[in-house]
Amino acid sequence: MTETLLEVRGLTKHFKLDNDIVSRIAGKTRTLKAVDGIDFFIKRGETLGLVGESGCGKSTTARLITRLVEPSEGEVMFKGENLLNYNRSEMQEVRKAVQLVFQDPYSSLNPRKTIMQILSRPLEVHNLAKSWSEKRRRVLELLGLVGLGEEHADRYPHEFSGGQRQRIAIARALAVSPELIIGDEPVSALDVSIQAQILNLFRDLQEQFSLTYLFIAHDLSVIRHISDRVAVMYVGKIVEAGDVADIFEQPKHPYTKALLEAVPEADPDKPPPHLVLKGEVATPIDPPPGCRLCARCPLADDYCAEVAPELKDDGTGHYVACHKV
Amino acid sequence: MSDNVLELDDLTIRFKLKRGDLTAVNGVSFGVKRGETFGLVGESGSGKTVTARSIMRLVPMPPGEILKGRVLFEGESVYDKSDNEMREMRGKKVAMVFQEPMSALNPVFTVGSQIGDALRTNLGMSKQEADERVVELLSLVGIPSPASRLDSYVHEFSGGMRQRVMLAMALSCDPTFLIADEPTTALDVTIQATILELIESMIDRFGMSLIFITHNLGVVAHACDTIGVMYASHIVELASKQEIFKNPQHPYTQGLLNSIPRLDHQSKYLTPIKGLVCNMMNPPTGCKFHPRCDHAMDVCRQEIPQMKEVAPGHFAACHLHN
Ligand SMILES: Nc1ncnc2c1ncn2[C@@H]1O[C@H](COP(=O)(O)OP(=O)(O)OP(=O)(O)O)[C@@H](O)[C@H]1O
Ligand SMILES: Nc1ncnc2c1ncn2[C@@H]1O[C@H](COP(=O)(O)OP(=O)(O)O)[C@@H](O)[C@H]1O
Ligand code: SF4
Ligand code: SF4
Ligand SMILES: [Mg+2]
Ligand SMILES: [Mg+2]
Repeated sequence: MTETLLEVRGLTKHFKLDNDIVSRIAGKTRTLKAVDGIDFFIKRGETLGLVGESGCGKSTTARLITRLVEPSEGEVMFKGENLLNYNRSEMQEVRKAVQLVFQDPYSSLNPRKTIMQILSRPLEVHNLAKSWSEKRRRVLELLGLVGLGEEHADRYPHEFSGGQRQRIAIARALAVSPELIIGDEPVSALDVSIQAQILNLFRDLQEQFSLTYLFIAHDLSVIRHISDRVAVMYVGKIVEAGDVADIFEQPKHPYTKALLEAVPEADPDKPPPHLVLKGEVATPIDPPPGCRLCARCPLADDYCAEVAPELKDDGTGHYVACHKV
Repeated sequence: MSDNVLELDDLTIRFKLKRGDLTAVNGVSFGVKRGETFGLVGESGSGKTVTARSIMRLVPMPPGEILKGRVLFEGESVYDKSDNEMREMRGKKVAMVFQEPMSALNPVFTVGSQIGDALRTNLGMSKQEADERVVELLSLVGIPSPASRLDSYVHEFSGGMRQRVMLAMALSCDPTFLIADEPTTALDVTIQATILELIESMIDRFGMSLIFITHNLGVVAHACDTIGVMYASHIVELASKQEIFKNPQHPYTQGLLNSIPRLDHQSKYLTPIKGLVCNMMNPPTGCKFHPRCDHAMDVCRQEIPQMKEVAPGHFAACHLHN
């Protein structure tokens, strides 16, 4: 059986909104439940796709795993150890093994540094190259891995297109030979023809270096393409998780079903996009008890409004959080 | 006379910039009939927005200039209109919806006064008439309890609700022609679905013509009748939606369709278009797609291909079809 590389249990982040105007007027602190007790695991070598609408907590989840944001509660088990018990220097080691790649290749690269300097930096921080020549050799190797060449090494980020900058960001992540790469919407800002190139690059690198991915996206077609397993998030909770084919071909949760029906497929013979849910996405601020989808769900009843459903395995590794499934 | 409400004929727009000249729209021709939905698709920087804005004379000049061609609305040249005639066209006939509603809506005015003021200036309504009409419009676009939202400011609305307000504002002058520039691009897919349904019901109800700009092929596959595919300032293919998706004739269109990941099955690798979008300040000679095209021939490097009818009503600009 393949090793579980990452497992999060009851991972929670509640932001106290003590300074906001509504809290002050009401005279009590409101709580924004950005991530509210989520569980998932990723096996070594696989890709878990995390999908959901904006504000549902995807980026916060990524930041909690790497402790760029401190969790309020829960466990982040990486190779069997809880990262929340680690001290600074132990975390430093973990940050080598777990690398983040962000959506915006424009803001994640220092505009005043050359590509050579940008890619050298992690090698220096983690003491991975002894001499100048070894560093240069390694940087050129990294550029080669992501489809760039020596001629790019001495240029600055603004001289590159969005897709090329994303290649550079990926090269930087690879510099420290990570085991897990967390991509937070790494292809969302790219044009489709370039997005396809970068998705292929992610695949190639995964094969070549046996990488494990947590791949975050809001585009369901991208998630379907890249993932082995998928977790669907709605307002701080995971509502459904399982093998990619199960989620896309036999979705069980009313939210997953609605999400899939809302996607316009690039084929005029497919049914047009349509939304069965009422109203707008629920707020994560002081949410009422019960299921977060309650006010919008066509199947909701009084029980749904009172008791929050738990994420349960149906016995085949397909997890759903809904009273009606 | 053709039955086109709008006609672009060989429109060519160049920006004179410090760094050099940039031709953003190059020999673009297409027509939109009454009640038709025309989709303009292409990747970023291909010239979609400049094309759309040129119809409303909203391209800044300078640095922009029309090098050649014309825009005809209801048979009259838009660029020969007087300021008064132009105001008439913008206020009463053609409306535009933008990708980022916040850039088009004024943060310091309430929703009621923003839409209401336009009604009072363009249609000469009284304050009370305008208020009533605004409530009607807000409910039309699906804003719950519209009367209570008259005094709200735009920043109090979510992204989807802002786009509804934009749409209400666009509809306020009973336009016969709507230009929507990426109206759903910044929105989540569920909100996009409701806005698309809304736009469609508006078209049915008012018999409007629509230009729908997007880079999302899924959206055009459902929202449009006719599609123009733009690449590097040119329309490279123009046909009915069915033809574009089922029988694409231009290598760029084929490449785009192959690049998109599918929702109905999984494949290990995608088939991207090789290389990068060309630099618009210094585009390649001949067919601008040639450095990325697997079919490129000598003639492609020398001559810009002209639009040719490759099947009835289906046009492509590619030397393979000569
Ligand atoms: N006011 C302007 N001054 C100078 N150049 C401009 C101006 N407006 C647009 N351009 C240039 O014209 C070209 C076409 O731009 P346009 O905005 O029409 O692209 P687009 O297809 O709408 O792209 P996107 O999908 O990113 O919205 C680009 O190279 C752009 O930089
Ligand atoms: N530092 C913070 N303080 C308060 N609220 C935050 C903070 N970071 C994120 N949030 C809120 O948490 C929720 C989840 O955000 P995020 O994880 O960025 O969502 P996603 O990445 O899925 O779009 C949102 O409502 C967001 O506004
Ligand atoms: S628990 Fe109830 S409200 Fe929630 S998704 Fe299931 S049926 Fe709908
Ligand atoms: S004209 Fe030539 S280079 Fe351009 S798309 Fe056709 S075959 Fe390719
Ligand atoms: Mg995010
Ligand atoms: Mg644009």
